[in-house]
Amino acid sequence: MRPVPPLTLSRSAEAGHGWTVAVEGDTARVVLTGDWVARTDGVDLAAARQILASRVGALTFDARGLGHWDSALIAFLLRLRDAAGDGGVAFDEGGLPQAARRLLGLAPRAAAKASAPPGPPLLDRVGLWAIDAAAEAREGAALIGNLVLRGGMAMRGGAAVRASDIIEAMFDAGAAALPIVITVNLLVGGILAFIGATELRQFGAGLYVANLVGVGMVREMAALMTAIIMAGRTGGAYAADLAAMEGAEEIDALRAIGIPVFDYLILPRVAALTAMMPLLYLFGCAVGILGGLCVGAATLHITATAFFVQARGALSGVEFGLGLAKSLSFGALIAILSCRVGLRAGRSAAAVGQAATSAVVASIVGVIALDAMFDLCADVLGV
Amino acid sequence: MAPVSAPEGPRLDIRDLSIGFGQKIIQQGLNFQVAAGSIFAIMGASGCGKSTLLKALNGLLPPLSGAILVQGEDYWAADEDRRALIDRGFGVLFQNGALWSSMTVAENVALPLIMLSRLDRASIKALAAVKLSLVGLEGAGRAMPAALSGGMVKRAGLARALALDPAILMLDEPSAGLDPIAGRRLDDLILELRDGFGMTIVMVSHDLASLLAICDDGVFLDADSRTAIAHGAPRRLRDECDHPLVHAFMHRERPPIDDGAEPGASGAGPGADHVPR
Repeated sequence: MRPVPPLTLSRSAEAGHGWTVAVEGDTARVVLTGDWVARTDGVDLAAARQILASRVGALTFDARGLGHWDSALIAFLLRLRDAAGDGGVAFDEGGLPQAARRLLGLAPRAAAKASAPPGPPLLDRVGLWAIDAAAEAREGAALIGNLVLRGGMAMRGGAAVRASDIIEAMFDAGAAALPIVITVNLLVGGILAFIGATELRQFGAGLYVANLVGVGMVREMAALMTAIIMAGRTGGAYAADLAAMEGAEEIDALRAIGIPVFDYLILPRVAALTAMMPLLYLFGCAVGILGGLCVGAATLHITATAFFVQARGALSGVEFGLGLAKSLSFGALIAILSCRVGLRAGRSAAAVGQAATSAVVASIVGVIALDAMFDLCADVLGV
Repeated sequence: MAPVSAPEGPRLDIRDLSIGFGQKIIQQGLNFQVAAGSIFAIMGASGCGKSTLLKALNGLLPPLSGAILVQGEDYWAADEDRRALIDRGFGVLFQNGALWSSMTVAENVALPLIMLSRLDRASIKALAAVKLSLVGLEGAGRAMPAALSGGMVKRAGLARALALDPAILMLDEPSAGLDPIAGRRLDDLILELRDGFGMTIVMVSHDLASLLAICDDGVFLDADSRTAIAHGAPRRLRDECDHPLVHAFMHRERPPIDDGAEPGASGAGPGADHVPR
């Protein structure tokens, strides 16, 4: 045997383990020494390349100096075995401990190189996306159609909807949401009055703050703000509930015994939120105007009587009709979107969070887009 | 030339342990030792407290009384920092895998190393890949847990349990929910990993085939008397123990209607027939 100086010594001093290579003819003998502990030493990723740099035909091992070892040694040996296989170098496990040989036997060759197949090309991805979008649109339309049909059936008593479910959902989407709806609308009314007071005072038209707050809240802000609150509060909860039920196979359990999922889970939620939104809107209008009055009285010294008389002159049934129509549509939109998102969620814990986020985002964007369409139509119709 | 070796003595020494929740005692008066390098079974009928005992052993549930000595050190007498250090010597496979669903399989295996070691990213990635290849999931590192089959979830959970090269591996119903072939493969894998890494394995199971195939020692818990009614290797309990409940369990028979036999009857009492290996 021709002893050669060690080619490399891998972090031997501080890591407590090492390897040296002795080349004899066509064979390189890898001498393993010391303790190999993964958690503290890690894996020497360059070792395989360094060892095979000696261009030999076979690798053998001498593990007589080996101390305690764990997966650090196995990782080292697997990388070396894969690199040797790639380079056509024979890998003789004979000198390794029996236990290490058993573990090497568990791992298939070239395990480290296993990688996912490449994704489909761009054109395919666009096509797949379009097919998905079309399917989603179809399913959304089916959901709305179902809602009309089953809702009609339910009104005639022909659907399996329990009154207690609807009442519970109505409480949750109505009375339970009232404090936050009142707080936000009160502040929004106050904010509108502040903006108006600052500008209108310059023209001596401070009293018109009542017009601004009245029309602003009734036509626009009460419905919009209430919808945004309900999208975050109730829409997110609907999506998370349904996604969690999907993940726990609760929805499959309903389907399996023939309980119509739509009647039992979707209809009460959509009915409750759609029915409660106009009521919340009316509360929102009232406290918004009250907020405006407080700010008007404090900054412009407008009396309550003058404020209400002025506001009443600016408002008509059309404004309230428009606001009520908006709030009804927003309620239905939020409930339908959130339930749809919840039902198509994946079956994992992470899917619940994703579903809640998507439902809130989709609902808010949807509500604002729908609001813009309402305003466009109102403008064209001159109301 | 053994894998990371143990100090002398048993890996786990359970002394007069009582477990339960608040006032409710699930099991009491438990005394047994888990020898280093053995595969130790916690057996018993459903609802007898097997998984609760495993939770006490791996530090998730404080015992009502008694002591759990991990390599000679009283686990629950140690302070929180020390317990966290001891915990790193445990690997746990939960019954349903309990993979973190927001991460890929490879990230699940890598997270313990990222959080609890100071290794560089490349080393962690390489070690995670090795653990996955050892359990036969070399191609599945990029998959999300939701996309795995039941058998793959168990294997991925096992790879994660191996992430820190634990001295003691705790398995909660490893073969539950698997078909007999997949269950057998998992048993073989557990044996190979034990022999390869020289780990000690504590396993909760009521899968008879699996218990008989791989366990060297064990304890049999009874729900009615709330204590251990037999100790020893499952094969030996099957062949030699004549406690009616153990006999019925080990032979898949209907249990006797009056199973009020004295705990410890016929030499099946705690310690009486303790047969390491």
